[in-house]
Amino acid sequence: MTSAKSELWQTFTKGIWKENPVAYQVLGICSALAVTVQMHTALVMGIALTLITGISNLIISIMRSKIPSTIRIIVELTVIASLVIVTDQILKAFFYDISKQLSVFVGLIITNCIVLGRAEAFALANPPLPSLMDGLGNGAGYGLILVIVAFIRELLGSGKIIGIPVIPQWLTDAGYSNMGLMVLAPGAFFVIGLLVWLKNSLPGASHEEKTGQ
Amino acid sequence: MTDLISLFVNSVFIGNILLSYFLGMCSFIAVSNNINTSFGLGCAVIFVLTITSPVNWFIYYYMLAPGALSWVGLPDIDLSFLKYITFIAVIAAIVQAVEMIIDKYSPVLYAALGVFLPLIAVNCAILGTALFMVEREYTLMESIVFGAGSGTGWMLAIVSMATIKKKMRYADVPDGLNGFGITMIVGGLMAMAFMMFSGITL
Repeated sequence: MTSAKSELWQTFTKGIWKENPVAYQVLGICSALAVTVQMHTALVMGIALTLITGISNLIISIMRSKIPSTIRIIVELTVIASLVIVTDQILKAFFYDISKQLSVFVGLIITNCIVLGRAEAFALANPPLPSLMDGLGNGAGYGLILVIVAFIRELLGSGKIIGIPVIPQWLTDAGYSNMGLMVLAPGAFFVIGLLVWLKNSLPGASHEEKTGQ
Repeated sequence: MTDLISLFVNSVFIGNILLSYFLGMCSFIAVSNNINTSFGLGCAVIFVLTITSPVNWFIYYYMLAPGALSWVGLPDIDLSFLKYITFIAVIAAIVQAVEMIIDKYSPVLYAALGVFLPLIAVNCAILGTALFMVEREYTLMESIVFGAGSGTGWMLAIVSMATIKKKMRYADVPDGLNGFGITMIVGGLMAMAFMMFSGITL
């Protein structure tokens, strides 16, 4: 029993760190960057994506023996799109401001390569429970990257963490000013690039897995 | 007319779909190793975007938007929540149809674009353009121009990236940064260059 449990846990954690979808598999950065100007949009996006990846993996895995392989992509897209619609409606109903800020990027979860990628690569070949864990793990790994990028961008770009100003007044008086570049698009590119560098340089990172050619 | 030109310039440079909204990144990273392939993919994206934007516009404003179904006598129906699933289905169907048409009538074009077309169906740039079109309430003409402009901007970005990557083979990039990392940093520098256009008004 414990071994089965730890296996599930491993499936979950693998997606967060060892095979982090953004850092290692270069998946899903499409919408990853646009929502990282502030931390709370990144958090909401991360949570939404984690739930969608987990549940879509679960549903697809339950249906996996029933789906004809020729139309599997369409079936997967339909499952994912339905979940995205539900998420979008929930956000609109309960978190209207955030849903306005996320604008089209909630809808773009449909074409996010992580969700479809995990469905294709894992859920079609594995039973429901591990699939759920795999989806949650990969979603959480993606969310983690989003939140880290957003933390750096928000801190350096507007001197706040989750909307609370953290730069002390004396620092501003001493000539410190926020880095406007971080709020703009290029900031996201730089932060991601540097994070990948950091991750590859950490001990234990296997350089064979580098995705660039 | 000037409106449309300025919308075009805007969507190519300042609001570049790839460099300022990060759409279509997956294929941007994966395909930008070869100039010819990225040019081919870029053309396919322009082609598909220019067709799908007006089609999605018609479907949204005649079937999905609040009150859009009044032409069949159902003015109270609001189906706009179905836009995601509809757009993705429309895009996939159009890509499939375009592939078959090109295959039948222009083998040369098919040989050049054929392999890229299936890839495009799940390219976030296409769906993103359709969603932006709805969010910004473009008219039919504007949506065509916006589609073509976004596609052109995407192609410009991916071809420049392929060119830069080719030059970079001679550069000594730090070990951990090689590959994905340096691509992102170059992307950032390119995004900065593209933002320089933001002062231009027509």
